[in-house]
Amino acid sequence: MNGGIDPTWGGAAVAAVVLLTLAISTWGLRISRTTSDFFVASRRVRARTNASAIGGEYVSAASFLGVAGLVLAFGAEMLWYPVGWTAGYLVLLALVAAPLRRSGAYTLPDFAEARLVSPTVRAACALLVVAIGWLYLVPQFQGAGITLAAVTGAPTWLGGPVVALVVLVGVASGGMRSITVVQAFQYWLKLTALLAPLAVLVVVWAGDGRPLPADLDEGAGDATWSTPFGGGLAGLADGPVGLYLTYSVIVATFLGAMGLPHVVVRFYTNPDGRAARRTTLGVLGLLGLFYLLPPVYGALGRVYDTDAGPDGADTMVLRLPGLMTDGTLADVLTAVITAGAFAAFLSTSSGLTIAVAGVLSQAVTRGVPRGSTRRPDPVTAFRVGAVLAATVPCAAALAAPGLPVARSVGLAFAVAASTFCPLLLLGIWWRGLTDVGALAGLVAGGAGSGVGVVAALVVDPASVGWGAALLTQPAAWSVPLAFAVMVGVSLATARRVPPGVDRFMVRLHTPEDVELDRG
Amino acid sequence: MPAPADPPDAAAGATGPTGPLPPSARVRVVPTARAAVRRPSRTEEIDAGTPLGEAYVRSLLREQLRNGLVAVAVLALTVGSLPAVFYLAPDLAGVRVLGVPLAWAVLAGAVYPFLFVIGWVVVRRAEAVERDFAELVAREAGEPGGGDRR
Repeated sequence: MNGGIDPTWGGAAVAAVVLLTLAISTWGLRISRTTSDFFVASRRVRARTNASAIGGEYVSAASFLGVAGLVLAFGAEMLWYPVGWTAGYLVLLALVAAPLRRSGAYTLPDFAEARLVSPTVRAACALLVVAIGWLYLVPQFQGAGITLAAVTGAPTWLGGPVVALVVLVGVASGGMRSITVVQAFQYWLKLTALLAPLAVLVVVWAGDGRPLPADLDEGAGDATWSTPFGGGLAGLADGPVGLYLTYSVIVATFLGAMGLPHVVVRFYTNPDGRAARRTTLGVLGLLGLFYLLPPVYGALGRVYDTDAGPDGADTMVLRLPGLMTDGTLADVLTAVITAGAFAAFLSTSSGLTIAVAGVLSQAVTRGVPRGSTRRPDPVTAFRVGAVLAATVPCAAALAAPGLPVARSVGLAFAVAASTFCPLLLLGIWWRGLTDVGALAGLVAGGAGSGVGVVAALVVDPASVGWGAALLTQPAAWSVPLAFAVMVGVSLATARRVPPGVDRFMVRLHTPEDVELDRG
Repeated sequence: MPAPADPPDAAAGATGPTGPLPPSARVRVVPTARAAVRRPSRTEEIDAGTPLGEAYVRSLLREQLRNGLVAVAVLALTVGSLPAVFYLAPDLAGVRVLGVPLAWAVLAGAVYPFLFVIGWVVVRRAEAVERDFAELVAREAGEPGGGDRR
């Protein structure tokens, strides 16, 4: 299946990335001494480094392997995923970035508690952070398994535990400071690992004199791979159902990015609100640069990987050099792409593990009174949380090797868009939000999008009717529902608006250089 | 709490119009007898939660919200309308830009610089709004002017 790829090259590439990551983490350990260093890198990360780090964390297995595979299998319709993942940062930049940083909270539960003064809303948010984080981690571990199996012939179960172990060593030793450096490095590694082989492959394609992928449509009846709403491609819905599905993906991705726990945690490492905005703009540029590449892989796959169905789609990027070239060139190109893919698994998993571990360790320490000898010190609690954060989804990935990688990541976005998006937007811009309203909205949005998670596991992927569409891609109705419930219940409980809300708005929105009482 | 988050502003509402005023808070709000003679600075108005201070903060909020919503509206009307456009005008599928199908040229290329440009405008305008706000509230706080200060 590897088209004669030498497994030692792939193995060497994986080993190199793992060793480099561990080396940088260890270096970070030496400079990360205080608790503040550990959690938020003491808030001294520069905008450019931070933007690379966020980009590195965000570009996951779904971006690196999944997008090209989806484009190959389902055509132009799938281009909406990377567009949405990038546009999500624009929405984040326009409405959330600076106020979120100025809130001074470290996690989403912290923000909820500071804004609404409610331990119950805090607990609900903590639960959601863990759920979204795990939902996002499972496909990372799955992708690692598939990749390792494809390039070295190792058993499929091995990749997940390997990534989990490296992540744990890095996270538990260095904390946020070293992770920031690792993530920033890994963005550029990923970009290079996708760009350099692509340049070679495009030259090969031009030399082969093969047609443009779009021209393959001619004579293929109505199976229009290169145009949206082509339908007839591997059971992709067309007509109004197809339009609904597209808009559901758009709603989930445009509004979901702001609610991803590993993205949000990064904003606290900015020195101030202005820097948070500039960092986000940098991320927008870096993502735009990166997402130019995977669709081209998808298009080349369309020309060369003619007989692979959706099953082989997730590994298409890794197989493409072997299909287009041979000998040492194919081995080297495959090794480079493999290294990039592993960087993707490692960086995204690290970020998610940190975010989930932070929330878990807060939950552990909160139960014990301050000053008690039984109260674990924060760094120990964080390390325990990290182990829990990584091993549970790793086990889940081993137990249920199911969904295509980009698909399950899409579900995490749908849950985030249906819960944290309304909480953040209303919490930041509307004084009328109450604790009861927020809780009701989180429950409504969480239940609505949770239906999608269950449906994705249960509903036959080949069914293309309205019922299946509404269940498996719920964002287009669950996000408006969550907003409506949050606003409606808040209006009905207007007397519960927390008394400190005016001072909190001053804190969220006024620039730091103006001397004001921010509570 | 292990995270170095700032403590929630427990007493913040004491001076706001929405909260009750505990007796001790009044001492903090109205400064010294000397200061009572002069007009309070604009930052003091905001700190005290007076109607004037509230108006400054509300106008800042309104400007920033409008800036953000305009960007999101532009995004929705341009990029967000593309699925509907392709759906309602299937003939567009046949259009090629330099040999590349239109949908690809837009969704796999042109859209990314476009998003960055919107973001760049958002940042510039948000920073301009903040500069204006900082100048506005500093205007009287910095200078003793007005002649009221004894």
